[in-house]
Amino acid sequence: MGSGTWILALLVLQSVFDGIYGLEQEVNRRTERISGSAGDVLEDDPVGRLKVFVYELPSKYNKKILHKDPRCLNHMFAAEIYMHRFLLSSPVRTLNPEEADWFYAPVYTTCDLTPSGLPLPFKSPRMMRSAIELISTNWPYWNRTEGADHFFVVPHDFGACFHYQEETAIERGILHLLKRATLVQTFGQRNHVCLKDGSITIPPYAPPQKMQTHLIPPDTPRSIFVYFRGLFYDVGNDPEGGYYARGARASVWENFKNNPLFDISTDHPTTYYEDMQRAVFCLCPLGWAPWSPRLVEAVVFGCIPVVIADDIVLPFADAIPWEEIGVFVAEEDVPKLDTILTSIPIEVILRKQRLLANPSMKQAMLFPQPAQPGDAFHQILNGLARKLPHDEGVFLKPGQKILNWTAGPVGDLKPW
Amino acid sequence: MKMSLLQNQISRRGSGGGYRPLDAGGGAAQTDGILRSPSALFWIVLHGLCCIISLVLGFRCSRLVFFLLFSSPSTFTTSSTATVFTSAPILHTTTTTMTTTTTTTTTTTTRTETLALSLPTPPPPPPLAEASLAVANKTRSRVVVGRHGIHIRRWPHPDPEEVVRAHWIIERVQREQRLQHGVRTPPRPLIVVTPTYVRTFQALHLTGLLHTLLLVPYPLTWLVVEAAPTGVPSNDTAAFLARSGLPYLHIRFPELVPDNWPDRRLTEARMRLRALRVVGERRMDGIVVFADDSNVHSVDLFDEAQKVKWMGAVSIGILAHSGRTEAVGDPELSEEEDKEGNSPVPIQGPACNSSGDLVGWHTYNALPHTGAAFVGAGKTMRAAKMEWAGFVLNSRLLWREAEGKPDWVRDLDAVGEDGEEIENPLALLKDASFVEPLGNCGKKALLWWLRVEARYDSKFPPGWAIDSALEITVAAKQTPWIDSPPELPSEMMAIDQDMFGMKFSRKSMPSWTSHISHDKEKHDSSSVDADQN
Repeated sequence: MGSGTWILALLVLQSVFDGIYGLEQEVNRRTERISGSAGDVLEDDPVGRLKVFVYELPSKYNKKILHKDPRCLNHMFAAEIYMHRFLLSSPVRTLNPEEADWFYAPVYTTCDLTPSGLPLPFKSPRMMRSAIELISTNWPYWNRTEGADHFFVVPHDFGACFHYQEETAIERGILHLLKRATLVQTFGQRNHVCLKDGSITIPPYAPPQKMQTHLIPPDTPRSIFVYFRGLFYDVGNDPEGGYYARGARASVWENFKNNPLFDISTDHPTTYYEDMQRAVFCLCPLGWAPWSPRLVEAVVFGCIPVVIADDIVLPFADAIPWEEIGVFVAEEDVPKLDTILTSIPIEVILRKQRLLANPSMKQAMLFPQPAQPGDAFHQILNGLARKLPHDEGVFLKPGQKILNWTAGPVGDLKPW
Repeated sequence: MKMSLLQNQISRRGSGGGYRPLDAGGGAAQTDGILRSPSALFWIVLHGLCCIISLVLGFRCSRLVFFLLFSSPSTFTTSSTATVFTSAPILHTTTTTMTTTTTTTTTTTTRTETLALSLPTPPPPPPLAEASLAVANKTRSRVVVGRHGIHIRRWPHPDPEEVVRAHWIIERVQREQRLQHGVRTPPRPLIVVTPTYVRTFQALHLTGLLHTLLLVPYPLTWLVVEAAPTGVPSNDTAAFLARSGLPYLHIRFPELVPDNWPDRRLTEARMRLRALRVVGERRMDGIVVFADDSNVHSVDLFDEAQKVKWMGAVSIGILAHSGRTEAVGDPELSEEEDKEGNSPVPIQGPACNSSGDLVGWHTYNALPHTGAAFVGAGKTMRAAKMEWAGFVLNSRLLWREAEGKPDWVRDLDAVGEDGEEIENPLALLKDASFVEPLGNCGKKALLWWLRVEARYDSKFPPGWAIDSALEITVAAKQTPWIDSPPELPSEMMAIDQDMFGMKFSRKSMPSWTSHISHDKEKHDSSSVDADQN
């Protein structure tokens, strides 16, 4: 009888576990866990893993600028402002700079807007330089490491190169004083001057409430094959053609304007977000810079992003395995885009949709107010935490100087 | 983001004729120095030759020759799709203000590029010019800034195979979506009950209904009850059902369907009851959906039907009148209709309170100026004239014994036996308040009730095929036949026309326009007149 009861107990346990496993299978059928090259780190909690000290800069660097132009809160570079606000009230903030691992200086460099809303980067290098001079004179922590344990948020087109035109940005290079600091930026392209090693790439800011209000029921069938809305030719800035998007967008238009599978146009429909939720693939080609908010929108709405930008570095590339989630097409392969997309095996497509349906994936792309666990703020902190502990090169020996405070274009040296 | 390229355009030239020579000697070579050395002279001559050639051809040829002579052959790849450039690619541009920079070609006019060259990456800049590039060229990136060609393939039109594959992908994605967000439990089979009878539009209606049913993704059995008085075969229907591809049951109902609307309604109800009895006798398992052959169904109806536990009600839109001037609704509504031109469509269906429980019914009363009426659930609904199509049942309600069968259901055998007329399916229940509202509590109209019929006495060829020759043949007037007798007099043709006109007037042609919705109750008065003429 003893063995009988053991067998019975085993059977009961097995059925219980099968039940639980079956439930998990049910959940897993809809989504899949996401783990990138750094492991399964999307849901890590940065609290307790690092401490950040926020410099109290005079308000002319942040609050006054925002007060002058509150449009900065809604454009795609608003991450710098929201990151500051998040850090001020976050549990990782420490008021004791001696125990801090990372230092943050809130400078809103992208908030000088034209009347039409485009940011002017001309004063940004001087503003940043002035802020760094301030923190290096008032606190000893900059000189201790010459900025190697400081991080800055520079979400502009080409990051800390502070220019909107690629050639000028390449020529300027990253601001010399930021040579050792960690940069948190939206721009990412391999082997490019404006992306330094160790930078953290973040998604551009997309308003989360606006996207939430445009959600449609998830059982609405996806009937559009490829969807894109945006410019193909930028006649204002590129009248000859061939410069904008390195010709890739124009190529998309010329090759696929007659193709009924491609719903592409330059319209601005009011149902843009709803249409994305009815599409299987959403094109995310480069524009003047390789990144765009379309990637964020595609991820939030479950549309597989088709990234057409050579050598691009996508946000949180070590935490999110983008090759498994999106489709990457080389710019020279754009004429074959329809062949490429229709020849993807269906299991791969369904798996990508399952990965996109993972709520932690969507959460990682957003900057919600107030911050929620797993969102882009936490991913930035996770990225910073993964860079700890600092290696020996960070702390300078006494008397050692690396930065040249007079390097860079002459115009940058003027005080701000 | 981009303001203007004005400052860059200083270093670029976009004109056709004027371009700078980018010779290997470096731009800094002096002109007198050029004339002195014979190699430079050779370059001048070559350059002049290229000038003339490009004037003739219309695109820059010197650049190409330069590439051909000095670039490594590995950069030439002829792709199989023969990418055509609208403009020749350009060297790596530098943004220095030095003058040894590249120029652009005469772009848009050169679409007739014959060389199928594809140069995805321009060759590295010539070594002697590198001094000027040293400052800017920190990157060894594959991706270069500057002007790129716009790749257009030779036939930029969709490939039909790819279109088919894309549609297959879309269909598979939608199936997956439905699996994940749709019906959870294993889908139950459906039993679709359709009363029909032989008439002009029967084939039309049945074909439409068949196509709807073919789209339903659940296993389904089609019960077609056909009113055929014995002796009049309806082989067409049998043949149609056999061809349809669905599992079906063809039930013959030995009565004739009357012509006037109220009686027809009751006969149809009896036909449906007959089908329900068959379901009960055979103990068929599934969900019974009433699909009249002339109604329009949404495929979502069948998805909603899966959710029913015992008996459910959905909202039907009643498309009773299209464009008739006699108003359907209240006098206020009729004024609105005249002003706006679109009348509100009455809906029959369940009504719920805010917590989703059934509190009453929206019914359609066809009497003029009454329109949709709300009837509370407490009242007995047996006498309300409601359409059967708005209800779905679990077939176990019809079995004689079934476990779990609720006690608020009447026994099917007791229904309709003692001559009572069944107005609506709520007669099957003892208590109508147990009906479940479906379709987002009746807010979604999942099907549309429509009666479009020809005159009752219209003649139509069986099977809609004219096999035998017609009684009259009239020569075509427009195109003279080659072998037609040329001496056909016009008087003969006129006589023929008259005969044609007369003969066909005696047969009653189906007059579609004046007798649409021939069978609504409110037109009893008018339709009776029509019937009697």
